[in-house]
Amino acid sequence: MLRAREVVAGYDRGRAVLDRVDVVVPPGAVRGLAGPSGCGKSTLARVLALLQRPWSGTVELDGRPVRGARYSVPAELRTAVGIVFQQPRPAVDPRMTLRQVVSEPLRARGIRRPWRRVGELAELTGLNDELLDRMPHEVSDGQLQRACLARAVAPRPRYLICDEMTGMLDASTTAALVRVVGELVNEEGTGVLAISHDEPLLLAWAGDDVIRW
Amino acid sequence: MVELDSHDTTAGEHRSWRSAARVRAGTARGTGGAARARLRLGAAVSVLALLVLAALLVPTLSSAPGTVDYQAVRLSPGPEHPFGTDTSGRDLFVRSLAGLRVSLLVAVVSTAVSALLGTAVGAVSGSLGGWADRLLMRVVDAVNAVPHLLLGIVIVALYQGTVLAVVLSIGLTHWATVARVVRSEVLGLRNRPYVDAAVSSGAGRWWVLRKHLLPAIVPQAALSAVLLVPHAVFHETALSFLGLGLPPHLASIGNILSDGREGVLLGAWWIVAFPAALLVATTLSVSGIAAVWRDRVVPTRRSELAL
Repeated sequence: MLRAREVVAGYDRGRAVLDRVDVVVPPGAVRGLAGPSGCGKSTLARVLALLQRPWSGTVELDGRPVRGARYSVPAELRTAVGIVFQQPRPAVDPRMTLRQVVSEPLRARGIRRPWRRVGELAELTGLNDELLDRMPHEVSDGQLQRACLARAVAPRPRYLICDEMTGMLDASTTAALVRVVGELVNEEGTGVLAISHDEPLLLAWAGDDVIRW
Repeated sequence: MVELDSHDTTAGEHRSWRSAARVRAGTARGTGGAARARLRLGAAVSVLALLVLAALLVPTLSSAPGTVDYQAVRLSPGPEHPFGTDTSGRDLFVRSLAGLRVSLLVAVVSTAVSALLGTAVGAVSGSLGGWADRLLMRVVDAVNAVPHLLLGIVIVALYQGTVLAVVLSIGLTHWATVARVVRSEVLGLRNRPYVDAAVSSGAGRWWVLRKHLLPAIVPQAALSAVLLVPHAVFHETALSFLGLGLPPHLASIGNILSDGREGVLLGAWWIVAFPAALLVATTLSVSGIAAVWRDRVVPTRRSELAL
């Protein structure tokens, strides 16, 4: 399981956004996290995704504490936790096609032509060949978020953090992406932390397993 | 207050977006400005193209620029010699253009050296951060603290009389500005969400630098390099004028001006005036192109940041 233990974290010295937070994400299940804006949900997401070093406390991955954050964490551990952000547009490099975006995690790990896996990912997230060859500014927010989800699951992470993943999307795309994440949970045993301020959505997504801040 | 032109829908979204970005960037430019910028760009490009073409073709097609003729010393400009002749009787029209060719070549090569070195230092500094960043930035401060010409003279003195020495003396003193620009760009980019996403999916520093940071800073780095070209031309000229630069037999604008000093005292103003005019025209046209380019690049970048 993915666990934040006694995590204290923030941005400006002396003003912690997270104060001794404990959160557990079990494998093969969806855990919801609800709370108003500014309560530290995204900071927790960044800490759990190993993108931000907590001031104190630890992140434990399958029982072992992870030291450091970002580049100082070994790539195998970083790829074990995937993350999807709320806003898809700043989350993709404007100079890359969607195919390059989706395949980046694989190419960055030295797989030269991961096109079969990219095909699987596209099918999973509902993208087609024609869309994959477009630039980010040529697709909608919903299509871009599908690509972001495909990118996040490309290295087969054991845990997936969806930080307001559906916040910018219409109802049908939201339903489609929630269904995709559900398939991953059931078929690959991925542990998911679903973060949102939309409680009804979380209740539908995570059942009763919702933490309220 | 900035006056925004009212675009109808067919006027092209591109341009209205651009002027809107400019308003946000605080540059006071309306439609008149855009037309003037186009005119300025056209003028600068055609002047530069004419000069480069002349510098390439004229010395090649006519008699050797070094031909000395003591029967024709210090002839004033006339149909035979449009720019007159110098104190050794050499035709100044041909010699000035040959000099411009050498000066431009040295400037472009040394600018390329500066741009590569500056981009490398700036990118490494910005993306590594920490002590490496502090160390590199102190080196940049040190290079900037010494007057460029003085440092250039020291480098030239070590390897006197070769073209390479002049190239290095300009190249090694001007990378610091490029490094600063590139570093600040990288600092602004390295915590973007798409970089976070790459890091989260296992990408290393080198990958992020190569695939995300460098492609994004190319326009800025290229712009600051082009802005260096006129500066480098002046430095080459200054070094040669001081007698430290290119070997005397090689025609360069600096050598010609240096040779022309005695001529001026004898009343031959044309020996200095025409080569100097070529130098000024070249640098003005290059910096004119760079200025228009900057106006285009910088607002684009700002609108991208506002996403």
